[in-house]
Amino acid sequence: MSPGRAIGLALVVLLLVAPFVPMGGMRQYVFHVVIQIFIWSFIGGAWSLMGRFGLISLGHGAFLGIGAYTAVLLWNFFGLTPWLGGVAAVALAALLAAVVAYPCSRLQVVGHYFALVTLAVGEVVRLLIIAERDWTGGSLGLSLKPSAGDSVLAIQFADKRVFYYASLILWLGALWIWYRVDRSMARSAMEAIGEDETAAASVGIHVTRFKMGITMLSAGLTAVGGVAYAQYISYVNPDTLAGIGVSLRIVFAVVLGGMYSLLGPTVGTALTIALGEYLRIVFGLRFIGMAETIYGLLLIVFIIFLPSGIYGSLREVVARLTAPGRVVTGLR
Amino acid sequence: MIDPIFLLEAAVNGVLLSGVLALLALGLNLIFGVVDIVWIAYVDLVMVCMYLVYFLVMVYGWPLWLASIASVALGALLGLGVHLLIITPILGSAPVNQLLATGGLLFFLQSFVTFLWTTDHRTVRLVLPVLEVGGMFLSFARLIAFAISLVAMLGLWVFLRRTYIGTAIRAVSQDREAMALMGASPQRVYCVTSAVGGAMAGLAAALLIIQYSVHPFFGAAFGPLTFMICVLGGLGNMVGAFVASVVMAEIIQIAGVIWSTEMGYVIAFVVFIVMMFVRPGGILGTRA
Repeated sequence: MSPGRAIGLALVVLLLVAPFVPMGGMRQYVFHVVIQIFIWSFIGGAWSLMGRFGLISLGHGAFLGIGAYTAVLLWNFFGLTPWLGGVAAVALAALLAAVVAYPCSRLQVVGHYFALVTLAVGEVVRLLIIAERDWTGGSLGLSLKPSAGDSVLAIQFADKRVFYYASLILWLGALWIWYRVDRSMARSAMEAIGEDETAAASVGIHVTRFKMGITMLSAGLTAVGGVAYAQYISYVNPDTLAGIGVSLRIVFAVVLGGMYSLLGPTVGTALTIALGEYLRIVFGLRFIGMAETIYGLLLIVFIIFLPSGIYGSLREVVARLTAPGRVVTGLR
Repeated sequence: MIDPIFLLEAAVNGVLLSGVLALLALGLNLIFGVVDIVWIAYVDLVMVCMYLVYFLVMVYGWPLWLASIASVALGALLGLGVHLLIITPILGSAPVNQLLATGGLLFFLQSFVTFLWTTDHRTVRLVLPVLEVGGMFLSFARLIAFAISLVAMLGLWVFLRRTYIGTAIRAVSQDREAMALMGASPQRVYCVTSAVGGAMAGLAAALLIIQYSVHPFFGAAFGPLTFMICVLGGLGNMVGAFVASVVMAEIIQIAGVIWSTEMGYVIAFVVFIVMMFVRPGGILGTRA
């Protein structure tokens, strides 16, 4: 067993037994933060499936919003279990992804233009949620209708430990999917497309099929993240789950961690959430906006000085130390 | 049934609004075309300048025209500052990093302004007459803003066509590498472009504050629309930017009267997405 694998296994075991470690009064809060890290890392991982191949989407809020709202609305109005609602949510998100990705890849909308088209898609979903205020609650958001006690069918539990294990499984699932994509033919194909679409097509790579596949996978997973987040928080709001704000936050966390590595999105998400929580506790209600100000400033500084992300840069340093004399050109 | 006069009024208001939108889109377009980076935080610079005009006029009692000149100066300084402090170090980075660095600036400006001046909406209260033309009520402030926008766009056109540095700016936007090979310094062109783009943000701020109230999330409200008009207009195409802003403003105003403001934006954004597919070179451009 390689040392890397052993560390990974030890980490998973540690995370599995963590709920049984006594933490005193902080317990609920620690759980809350860790669950959020798992769910947002899952979403970040879904985003990075596209991002690492140069498909920079600034509209993942659209898929997140569709996921969360579809499941919540189906449960609130029709009593449909979020298990089935989640399937519908994933199908809808994948459908939207296909509708956007097909013309984008056929008509070669790439780079900045792709980013702006997806940004528009994210805003459209956010504004539609607000416009349909009769049943979505508009900007005020919507609360999940509570079930009678704990219910597996409704995915509602009073004990945070259930959500902890569920989100841990989700997160591990995201890592597994990332790994599978990393080891697949699709990765080589997508990297070739990212470098030069015309050249990739000329050696027989079906550009549209691969782009649509990866976009739909990424969108579907993001919708799953949206459903999970909605079930955990049991409240949905168009401004926190759709639109430009949340879309940028997802991208930030991933780029901060490093989008070309397995654990990059997780490291970035964990850091941004921990930083946000820390600043919130330090400043509390005294200086409203100060925490976010420092957050924004740090993001600029990190992007300027650590262009391949924290985890990515760390890996470069380790690689340089362990292999002296070998030139490490970086992950990009 | 909606009274046609309301629709006509919305249509005229749309044309008037489009002037300032075109000005904003042109400033962003200039920077995008030359430096090849989308400043996500561009409209947040406008927001900062709007606060400057507000404080100069309402607190220090400056006349509006003087405050507007100060706003243009601040805009130019901010543009230069953003270029030197944030853009220069990452000129060679991956596009996503460049996009996100200015996105970080967006978060920074939004929350720092919230911290300094809270989320209150602030307006410069001007006593300007409302004109009544054939049963329509037109705001005088909007008419002035429209006229000044047109003059400013004409000024920009003269600057780009008739001055030496203007020619250099156009040359860079056509071919970056060739320009460097000819011995011109791209950094100088970038600095001038960013300052001019910033100054246009400052001018737009002065024209917007007499029509809208300013708050920390002003950039979030106008930002996406500005990017879209900028791209729809086509790079370096001034007439295109104007046409695109008229189309978008009309859609928003008229659909806003018929359905709701949100639906107006939804339709405008969907039109943008479709236009990106059918006319990627801009609304007046030809397919490459």
